Amino acid sequence: MTEFAVRIDGRGVGVVTPQGRLTMVSARSLRTAVEELVAGGAPKVVVDLSETTFLDSSGLGALIAGLKTCRQAGGDLRIASPTDAVLAVLQLTNLDKVLRPRESAETAFDV
Amino acid sequence: MARREGGRHAQPSPGPADDRDAAGVSRDQQRRVAALVAERGRPERLPLTRRLLLIRIIVILTALLGINYVAWRWLFSVNWPYWWIAVPLVIAETYSLIDSLLFGMTVWRLRERGEPPPAPEGLTVDVFITTYNEPIELVMTTARAAKAIRYPHRTWVLDDGNRPEMRAAAEAEGIGVINRSADWVGMPRHAKAGNLNNALLATDGEFLMILDADQIPTPEILDRTLGYFTDEQMGLVQTPQYFVNVPDHDPLGSQAPLFYGPIQQGKDGWNAAFFCGSNAVIRREALMQIGVSRYAHDIEVGVGKALRTAGAVLEEARAALTPEDQHLAPALDALEYDVKKARRELARGVALFDVTYRFQRRVDDVHRQLVAADVQALQEDLAFIRQLEAVAEDPTDSLADVSESALDTIAHRAWSPLGAIDAVRALVDAVDVGRAGEAQPIMPMATISVTEDMATCMRMHGLGWRSAYHDEVLAHGLAPEDLQTMLTQRLRWAQGTMQVLLRENPLTQSRLRWPQRLMYFATMWSYLSGFAALVYLAAPITYLMIGVLPVQAISTDFFVRLIPFLIVNQLLFFVVADGRPTWRGQQYSLALFPTWIASVTSAFGNVVLGRDLDFAVTPKTKQADTGPRWDLVRPQLIAMGLLVLALVVGSIRIAVGQAGPLGTIFNMVWVVFDLAIFSVIIRAARYKGFEPASAAPDPHEPVAAGAAGGPASRGAA
Repeated sequence: MTEFAVRIDGRGVGVVTPQGRLTMVSARSLRTAVEELVAGGAPKVVVDLSETTFLDSSGLGALIAGLKTCRQAGGDLRIASPTDAVLAVLQLTNLDKVLRPRESAETAFDV
Repeated sequence: MARREGGRHAQPSPGPADDRDAAGVSRDQQRRVAALVAERGRPERLPLTRRLLLIRIIVILTALLGINYVAWRWLFSVNWPYWWIAVPLVIAETYSLIDSLLFGMTVWRLRERGEPPPAPEGLTVDVFITTYNEPIELVMTTARAAKAIRYPHRTWVLDDGNRPEMRAAAEAEGIGVINRSADWVGMPRHAKAGNLNNALLATDGEFLMILDADQIPTPEILDRTLGYFTDEQMGLVQTPQYFVNVPDHDPLGSQAPLFYGPIQQGKDGWNAAFFCGSNAVIRREALMQIGVSRYAHDIEVGVGKALRTAGAVLEEARAALTPEDQHLAPALDALEYDVKKARRELARGVALFDVTYRFQRRVDDVHRQLVAADVQALQEDLAFIRQLEAVAEDPTDSLADVSESALDTIAHRAWSPLGAIDAVRALVDAVDVGRAGEAQPIMPMATISVTEDMATCMRMHGLGWRSAYHDEVLAHGLAPEDLQTMLTQRLRWAQGTMQVLLRENPLTQSRLRWPQRLMYFATMWSYLSGFAALVYLAAPITYLMIGVLPVQAISTDFFVRLIPFLIVNQLLFFVVADGRPTWRGQQYSLALFPTWIASVTSAFGNVVLGRDLDFAVTPKTKQADTGPRWDLVRPQLIAMGLLVLALVVGSIRIAVGQAGPLGTIFNMVWVVFDLAIFSVIIRAARYKGFEPASAAPDPHEPVAAGAAGGPASRGAA
């Protein structure tokens, strides 16, 4: 089962760190986590994938949903430090061409 | 469930952190991942059985003799003075050689899977029965059998006809019904593909089984197929489509024992077993992945188009600036610059969401700086912009599909300066993340063709999934029982296949391995046989009637090259078929030439020229008997008349000494062969439908005929 570590860093950026498998089972909780951050006044969100061991297409759908939520609130959603397994899924679906993975959660909003 | 993640989803290993590129991940990591991706979809090792060895020897012989013959035809024996028949003939022969080579390649890796692995416990499965207008009782028969499938599952009737009596009948027996959700109102429905996409989002099983309304499953169908999915990369398992309402002589060529047998097994060997629309189990994740990747593709195309239109909007607004609005010019110029910059960045490969994010920030800034504007003009523009925003809500018609003329209208509307800026913003929003979030933008089943199965399967293979063909009849279906319905069905399959060829040519799909591309192409190639059939009719008729020979001479040279090739070619079919009848299929691949030709021309008209396809749903009930429908096969009857006439004229010409005996006899044999091929049409037109009393075939025996990889063989969709 996936756990979500959620925090707001020093610059007001929300950071969600899913741990373990991000699949159709946990996709909904990721959406909720992002929605709560945005509702709480942090429309800039980083999903830190460094502790995500597995990501399925429903998980990707949740990331896209979160992106929409953030943008509607004038913010953005970035993804950071994917593992090989996660990057492989991003590349397979070509989603890496539209949603660029960042090196780390700390620098995700630098550029 | 038994997921093995070691293979595909390797655990991360630490890589050097210095060598970073724009993507924010190390090059080393990218290389590792690329290797992982490339490894997917590779065909598995195949044991070399005695049967396979024999097949391979004959394949090599066929290829050598075939290439030898056709090369000699091109180089030394084309009768150039009569090029109008000589060139079409040598082209038709080349077509047939390529068909034969592709068939040889298919069976080169013929894979007989035998006993399936045992089905693991605890998988979640949804069984879908798709229906549109079939009789309730027919659907219910299938639904009851589906409910009785032994492996734990849920059964759903997907009623696209939205019939209350269908719902009542199904629910009375505890079977779920899924209709289109409210999101589909006023949207393109995409027939069966849309029906399935709708159901995918209403259910959540890890696996789904798809059944046509007239395919009655056996209780063990899931037990016999789910085991293959212990391979984590397995995306699809297809089983045969077998029809019980077909007599032994199969006058309509309904069964496809060669396709649902050696051809699928050969494709399976290359990891390209096809999805045929029914009697298949699919991994949900594989389908969802297709949906996400199409989403990524569509927004890329859509944002590209939106930015082009945005540039045009700004140019128009700039040109239309009145003297009192001149102070707005710098803002428009700035935006025009930003649009160009965004387009340049996209062309350079900068990630799309980064580009649109920066662009939207810029538009916001510019907008905020311009408060003093003509409010009246802005109000009118806002109404139009709301229509643009409606595009964002449309789940199926992304800007990727919006016509150029619609975008032209947007571009050339008389915008107020501020309205133009808003329009630019709305355009880009419409195709940015706007379609995301809802599950609906994700359309896993391909909608580019009237036969969704082949296109979907090709995309699945492109994403590196495996497929398996399990050669065991696990469902009993109903085939058309009259000529008209049969012709409609064949036309539909052929059109669907041609649409895929024209929209997503397998030869250019870089993510497919070359053998996979060729396996898809082989099936498409076989649907071009109608044109070759025309030439094979015309050549002997021309000779017997007017003495024109397309070959330089009917000589020893000719026979020693042609005859061995024909013999090994038939031997290959014989060995590959292994007792399965192939004649009916060979007949139909030539005898339905008007259908095959019509499929190519109508699909071309549809895809390239944007015309209507005249698509019809295959009726599943017997049509009223009105006597033989000779009108449906008029071209074939005319062809047969000409063949007979050619025999008569040829006899007279030889009697009066106008034609040589060798050439005449050779062409007469050819004509008789053509007549034998076309004779099936007479039987088909006279066929009165299936009488169960006359020898009901044992559903577990592969009876009746199919094709030599030819178009009549594909019992799909």
